Amino acid sequence: MKNWGFKISQPRILDFDTADLESYSRLVEKVPSAHRCLMCGACTATCSANVHTEFNFRNTHLMFRRGQFDGLADELDKCMLCGKCKLVCPRGVNTRAIIYNMRIVLSDMNYKSIEL
Amino acid sequence: MENKSVVIIGGGPAGIEAANSLANQGLKVTLIEKSDEAGGNIRNWVKLFPDFSNAEDVRANFRNILKNENIEFISNTEISSLYRDGNHWIAKNGSDKTFKADAALLTTGFEVFDAKRKEELGYGIYDNVITSVDFEQMYKSGKITTAEGKVPERIAFLNCVGSRDEKVGNHYCSRVCCINAVKQAIEFKELVPNAKAFCFYMDMRMAGQFYEELYRKSQEKYGVTYIRGRISEAAATMDNRIQIKAEDTLSALPMKMTVDLLVLMVGIESSSSTTELSRQNDVLGLYGFSKSKGLYGNDNLTNQHGLFLAGTCKRPLTLPETFADARSAAIEIVKYLKTI
Amino acid sequence: MTNKKHFWNEYQKDIADDNYYYERSCIRQSFFPGSETTFLRILRDELGKTIIDDQNQHTCTGIGYHSDVVQFDTTMTVCARLFSLMSDKGLKNFVPSCVTSFGVFAEVFETWNHFPEELEKTRNYLRKATGREFKVPENIAHPSDIIYKNRKELKAKMKYQLVNRHTGKPLRVVEHIGCHYGKIFSKHAVGGAEFPQVLAGMIEEWGGEVIDYPERRHCCGFGFRQYLVMANRGYSVANTQKKFESMSPYKPDFVLTNCPGCTMFMDRWQYTIAEMEGKTYDENGMGIPVLTYEELAGLLLGYNPWDLGFQVHQVQVEPLLDKIGIEYDPSDKFVGKSGKFLGEPEKPENLIVDYGK
Repeated sequence: MKNWGFKISQPRILDFDTADLESYSRLVEKVPSAHRCLMCGACTATCSANVHTEFNFRNTHLMFRRGQFDGLADELDKCMLCGKCKLVCPRGVNTRAIIYNMRIVLSDMNYKSIEL
Repeated sequence: MENKSVVIIGGGPAGIEAANSLANQGLKVTLIEKSDEAGGNIRNWVKLFPDFSNAEDVRANFRNILKNENIEFISNTEISSLYRDGNHWIAKNGSDKTFKADAALLTTGFEVFDAKRKEELGYGIYDNVITSVDFEQMYKSGKITTAEGKVPERIAFLNCVGSRDEKVGNHYCSRVCCINAVKQAIEFKELVPNAKAFCFYMDMRMAGQFYEELYRKSQEKYGVTYIRGRISEAAATMDNRIQIKAEDTLSALPMKMTVDLLVLMVGIESSSSTTELSRQNDVLGLYGFSKSKGLYGNDNLTNQHGLFLAGTCKRPLTLPETFADARSAAIEIVKYLKTI
Repeated sequence: MTNKKHFWNEYQKDIADDNYYYERSCIRQSFFPGSETTFLRILRDELGKTIIDDQNQHTCTGIGYHSDVVQFDTTMTVCARLFSLMSDKGLKNFVPSCVTSFGVFAEVFETWNHFPEELEKTRNYLRKATGREFKVPENIAHPSDIIYKNRKELKAKMKYQLVNRHTGKPLRVVEHIGCHYGKIFSKHAVGGAEFPQVLAGMIEEWGGEVIDYPERRHCCGFGFRQYLVMANRGYSVANTQKKFESMSPYKPDFVLTNCPGCTMFMDRWQYTIAEMEGKTYDENGMGIPVLTYEELAGLLLGYNPWDLGFQVHQVQVEPLLDKIGIEYDPSDKFVGKSGKFLGEPEKPENLIVDYGK
């Protein structure tokens, strides 16, 4: 093959026709309040880990909802499970349980965090 | 007060409710409707937000009201000119019919936005792009299906079609569409529990009582997925489904999906009668709506002596707000008639 | 397509009837060399119109403007010089061959309409730079607008129709109007920007069937700066790939284009995608032919395909000619104007190049 000097760019679009939107229901079975999340970001604003790392619980939860699981296990490792996020949620979402259960569901799907 | 009369133009909820209040106080009311029956836009609805009351109950009540012997209901009559003549108000249908009264009430209401004007959404071109009004018509038949008669597996609702959109000249919020989308998404999920419902929004404006609760219920109980992002384009796929594109703004990623049915939540626009009759009487406000004298305590009055306003001829209102506004207009009219 | 009529009725524009000043494209004469001469031939020989092809003309700055290397003041002045050349000829109807030029002129016009001081500034610049004066054109039409306007008249003269002679069914055609034709100012586009009629009107009039596919409104992949910098070309070709992935299930017989860039990229990138990924978008591995509207009109009028410039297309058009039933001599394909054989181009590895017969 010739060297073209460039490659065909891959789309960065979220394709809801091919994305795994079903695995989220496994999370919701375990944490029904997850459905109520409005993505207001109060959890992330108050997160102790977020101050020092790029960990963003709101976005991690959203990516899980959208079936974009790559890298999420590593993100979740940054959470200290302190539960501070749960205190501020205006919709009573059990954020701490979401973290815990996302790890379980991801692990079941063989999404593992990088082993050091 | 005796033998005083009022002409009401527009036989929708505001007109009927105001006629009811006035007639009950012994006034002679002429209620003029341009279509063949009373009810206005409510005729297109099956259930009402946020409590799923039957619109038919409201309509049945309307029919009862119209039996009042002090109300003369005149259908199939479009008023093309309205003007003051001495101490009277004259409403004319072209040249063949003239109605004379001591006061006039404008309740000419709204028309839903013509979705064809949002060209990129393909309404009127793609069979499976429908409006919220079309959805109600389908819901009336007890079945939501695609143009091919298939039960949808995926449905998307798009808010702000014709509202909050400079491109169509409407900067304002129509106020009723967000909650109506929540209502229709729930109705759809009740009919087709295994299907997926998506709702695209710029803001979810749940400002009425129990709206937020219904929104929450739609997520929790019915699993409706809300996506903050405006659909920028709809196109038909080979099997006549609808491919939509939006930005999933919360993840800052472009997204696309194929749905079986796309429902456009069409907004409220001033009706042509509202605009025309307001223009004739120098009470034309923004976006073709009628302009009241002021918002605080004189919202049913106009700058014209004896001309009153009620309901959605002024601005987008919900049904309960319209009823309340019509009753308050009746109070103002009675007050006025005592002075002349 | 009849349900699109409500848009089409709203977006009809004034297209001058005769006496045109033709402004050529920078790139079309190299990439699709028969198109512009064919347009002139159709206008003069078939429709009996007067159109001036001026040897003194020059760029509109479109490529530089859309690549951020020419600023708008310069663009307005360069366009003004073209108008002054037109004024010299005593003409008022400006016809730019290129869709991007058309978009540039539309933008210049709208700027002058809304900000008359910009027009005065431009007059001043042009006077200082060249000593020239100009009149603002009375009408600007893209050549496709003119062909569209005369589509019925041309049909009466056509020897062929867009019908598959083997099946008797209409040929299935993808139309692509180009971003700068309608997206900048949709009122300047026949049929508007979302459901344009300019090419669709020709296709339907001449017997074909227009395909509406999900990515119809997407960019062809040119996008100027995407392409001009090599490191960005991956985005360019990705856009083209997206369109072809979307249209190929509809099995189009060919793509009809409006714009020099779109024609170029939809034709040539099919080769690139085939060589990079081994993928072609037709059933025979030959690619989907991409034609300009002038080439199509010329073909149906019975002009010799090799006079229309199909030799330089990457995707070979012979299968399409055979479907329509157009007579051609394969041995003439690479014979130059002088009558000498010019030699055959090198063939790609994956995209099948077959001259038929």
